[in-house]
Amino acid sequence: MFQVRIHGRGGQGVVTGAEMLSVAAFLEGRKAQAFPSFGSERTGAPVVAFCRIDDKEIRLREPIMQPDALIVQDPTLLHQVDVLSGLKRPDGYILINTHKTFDELGLGEFVKGMPADRLVCVPATELSLKHVGRPVPNVPLLGAFAAASGLISLASVVAAIKDKFGGKVAEGNAAAATEAYNTVTARMKDASHA
Amino acid sequence: MLKQCEGSHAVAEAVALCRPEVICAYPISPQTHIVEGLGEMVKSGDVKNCEFINVESEFAAMSVAIGSSAAGARTYTATASQGLLFMAEAVYNASGLGLPIVMTVANRAIGAPINIWNDHTDSMSQRDCGWIQVFAETNQEALDLHIQAFKLAEELSLPVMVCMDGFILTHAYESVDMPAQEQVDGFLPPYVPRQSLDPDDPVSIGAMVGPEAFSEVRYLAHSKQLQALELIPRIAAEYRQIFGRDAGGLVRPYRMDTAETVVIALGSVLGTIKDTVDEMRDEGLKVGVLGITSFRPFPLAAIRDAVKSAQRIVVLEKSLAVGIGGIVATNVRMALDGLPIKVKTVVAGLGGRAITKASLHRVFRQAIHDQIEPVHFLDLDFGIVNRVLEREREQRRSGPIAENILRDLGAVASKIG
Repeated sequence: MFQVRIHGRGGQGVVTGAEMLSVAAFLEGRKAQAFPSFGSERTGAPVVAFCRIDDKEIRLREPIMQPDALIVQDPTLLHQVDVLSGLKRPDGYILINTHKTFDELGLGEFVKGMPADRLVCVPATELSLKHVGRPVPNVPLLGAFAAASGLISLASVVAAIKDKFGGKVAEGNAAAATEAYNTVTARMKDASHA
Repeated sequence: MLKQCEGSHAVAEAVALCRPEVICAYPISPQTHIVEGLGEMVKSGDVKNCEFINVESEFAAMSVAIGSSAAGARTYTATASQGLLFMAEAVYNASGLGLPIVMTVANRAIGAPINIWNDHTDSMSQRDCGWIQVFAETNQEALDLHIQAFKLAEELSLPVMVCMDGFILTHAYESVDMPAQEQVDGFLPPYVPRQSLDPDDPVSIGAMVGPEAFSEVRYLAHSKQLQALELIPRIAAEYRQIFGRDAGGLVRPYRMDTAETVVIALGSVLGTIKDTVDEMRDEGLKVGVLGITSFRPFPLAAIRDAVKSAQRIVVLEKSLAVGIGGIVATNVRMALDGLPIKVKTVVAGLGGRAITKASLHRVFRQAIHDQIEPVHFLDLDFGIVNRVLEREREQRRSGPIAENILRDLGAVASKIG
């Protein structure tokens, strides 16, 4: 079983992100379960959503306390919520919506010993503003996750986007996911040649 | 057709497949997505010959449901928590009048303190209201139970409450097998009411009954529930034939072979319990699980039969009868009358507290070694409780309990589990 925990703020599409991830996994013939941890339902309040992916029926209903991957939609949460709690190390994944590096975010010590290709910083808000016109970093981060983990394909992410949205919103999000996917893939290629 | 969708959406589609004629509802979390989904389907024309009525409260929702059902229309509504309490008077009337309304209760705690999260207190508060109550373990089962509920309700002329865990199921995306319209049509015939209000053939429904016959009317309500004990398994068997899967029924045993310790529970927590029990079985511990699907009528004989060889039972329940302990456990004890089986109550998951596999491992092991109290509160923080008690001993004006506890706890938003 692969477990993903997504942290963000109300309005950033945290819950929708987990749902789309589950749809993408479902489309690849896997079992998937996505669910939110609702707190105060306010824009800007910290929100957590979860997604489990497995090849057999998922019966477990507890929150994900030891994620294989963390997706952080808002790096300011790093100082407010115990975002990194329980992450599997050293082979877990961390994806953060940021221009900065892990060192600049003060995570250098935490990620020491973790493989570089599992530590992904991607300017997801910028990508969503460019392609969707709104600061919704959830979808570009899913594109980046697909590239970094190889767990789901970009095609499935795009199909999940189209399952959730229609028209221009779907197109914009698909473009944002694709750009994030290509950026991370290119970075991984460069790193492997280096 | 297999699809990955939200539990609420799956239920909305299932209700739509049952060709409801009147849907009335008032929004309350975590039920809202279900009736929103149905509202959209009625408006778009996907659900035909159906009137969607926005009402001003839950009391109005059940009152409208009573009116439309009495007029002979297949009627659906949904609610949760305080909404169920607010409609309580009408809830009793619906069953007392024998009106086959189907209602989803998206289980949520009852205030105060106000809490939007899941437990079973709302449904349990209405356990003796005369409605049939069934509990879903997964979104697939929630979907299936709604289709069965209309058939069950209409055959008996009794209302059915389909209980599903709020947020944990209603807001969870998982795959469900959505039946085709023809399959549902083949299973659920058009509704033929036993009684209906018709201006061309006037009758009155809801006569006042005095001491001369009130007991008899109430006894008939009880005997109808006892009939349901036979009908529920029959409907589940028929459902299996048409839809090809198990859903509904009275109880659901899991790994009960040679089980010395049996865990009894209702609803979605059964999944986490089964995973825990699998791991305990791998270690050679003889533990089994009995899920209760039908809580009203309560399947005394089926439970007794399923657990008669066990040594002890742990009833894990998401509700608390304040002043005595367990609600489900009290009912289970009645099923075991005369059998040498120990019963422990574990109250868990109140107000949305996560029920983790780690905690279940711990409490089940304690139970196996007879090391838990008769009523055990899973993961209760006695430090917090004792501080409140101490404060109350020390000062008369100790202040509001909930606010004091939150202050003692500090920031709560940072906790994940």
